[in-house]
Amino acid sequence: MSTPIVQIDDLFFYYNGQVVLRDVNLVVERGDFVSIIGPNGGGKTTLVKLILGLLKPASGTVKIQGHPPGNNGTAIGYVPQYLNHNLNFPASAMDVVLMGKYDPSRRMLFRRKKKDRIEALEALDKLGMADYAKRKITDLSGGQRQRVLIARALVTRPELLVLDEPTASLDSKGQTDFFSLLKELNQELTILVVSHDLLIVSSYAKSIACVNKKLHYHRDVGTTSELMNAYYACAVEEVCPVDHIMEVIQDYSPSEGAGHG
Amino acid sequence: MVEALQFEFVQNALIAGLLTSIICGVIGTLVVVNRLVFLSGGIAHSAYGGIGLAFYFGWPYMICAIGFAFLSSMVMAAVSLKSKHRSDTIIGVMWAMGMACGILLLDMTPGYNVDLMSYLFGSILSVPGSDLVVMAAIGVVILALIGYFFQDLLAMSYDEEFAQIRGVPVKRLYFMLIGIVAITVVMVVQVVGLILVIALLTIPPYIAEKYTQSLFGMMVLSCFIGMFFTTGGLWLSYTYDLTSGAAIIFLSGCLFFLSLIFDKVLVLTKKADIL
Repeated sequence: MSTPIVQIDDLFFYYNGQVVLRDVNLVVERGDFVSIIGPNGGGKTTLVKLILGLLKPASGTVKIQGHPPGNNGTAIGYVPQYLNHNLNFPASAMDVVLMGKYDPSRRMLFRRKKKDRIEALEALDKLGMADYAKRKITDLSGGQRQRVLIARALVTRPELLVLDEPTASLDSKGQTDFFSLLKELNQELTILVVSHDLLIVSSYAKSIACVNKKLHYHRDVGTTSELMNAYYACAVEEVCPVDHIMEVIQDYSPSEGAGHG
Repeated sequence: MVEALQFEFVQNALIAGLLTSIICGVIGTLVVVNRLVFLSGGIAHSAYGGIGLAFYFGWPYMICAIGFAFLSSMVMAAVSLKSKHRSDTIIGVMWAMGMACGILLLDMTPGYNVDLMSYLFGSILSVPGSDLVVMAAIGVVILALIGYFFQDLLAMSYDEEFAQIRGVPVKRLYFMLIGIVAITVVMVVQVVGLILVIALLTIPPYIAEKYTQSLFGMMVLSCFIGMFFTTGGLWLSYTYDLTSGAAIIFLSGCLFFLSLIFDKVLVLTKKADIL
């Protein structure tokens, strides 16, 4: 059996003396599409930061392809939550994508500038943004800026793509486009996405991780109804913000039990 | 103005202005995009404590000022990393405390004291040649450091978290940047005064940011804008017999507001085109 792409064992994390994550265990296999759901303040973003190596666990281990995170920067591509931070920054879409190609250990060497630019342009093209390469990021719309940030993550040639609430600043059309894009990317990449979005959970995710201090993982929730059950189980137990919606859906399919998936 | 160039003090003032513009253009760009303007002000003011210390104990002036500024800048950097949302308060306190300490120490020093005004507004017209050499040397070192770490600084300034994931040593780099800001500020304050440093650190980069496509372009354009301000201000001060520092700042401020108005007009005409 191959090494799982993410392996978390007995992880605890505290912030200001309070437990944020308690006894978290998680194994994500290659090719999975995991949706991380849970209430605000439940520890979703903390979990993501631990996986990225931006935070260190109080106890327990996080391993990315068998190594601690941070040592293998290329394995994870990260798309941050905020699209509008540092909006006035003087950089073109191309410059932002090229930041993904930057490797500090090659600081002194002459970088393969041309090759990097071609790769960056390819990544932008894949996301339909090649025509905007020279535009300043200020002049792009929220959705376009997000595509640029995804291109920046893709250009690092990741095995795992981590997205933190990517749909927060997109309209519903933008969201649908975005999810089909993720599904396409999922053919080559493992995807881990933090989302409140019911749409993503019901139609795109293969697995669900419910995070509210503890983590419940529901792997390969195949059919929509199974998925709904898993989601529902999370909702009752952890009081998700959308649990009332789930209850309504449950009313429409009374034959399904409410057990763990 | 041309006949004035034969005077050595005018030549020195011009060179000091140009050097300051280059250093402030490069460092100021990083200060503006990393939102360190308030922190830079805090460093510059608290450095006055170092000057008080130097006079009270009779220690060398330059080393004291730089040491004091450097130490307080490191504290400020640590605070702003640790508690992002309240760091401005603590910087404000250190700003005031440094200044007060400096004045109290000078009060207790017997004999002739440097006055606060010369620290605030400097004296660009009486810069000795030796100061210019020191300034140029430090400027070269600073620019070399920034050049070496340029890509790292670019990545960090745009997106700290992403930079960290890519393996950029964000924390060390942040401390280094703030240390450089501290040394720059103290160096340049010597020559042109505190108020002018803050003006030249902020105004040229702010204007340049809107008309450039890259961080490097922003640095270059800010240098040129700064040079225009300093030479223009010196010309004003020579022709109309005005205080040079204030004239430079006044010119910069006026053009800053003009650029704001220009942008508004630009936006309005764009809107009019669409309608």
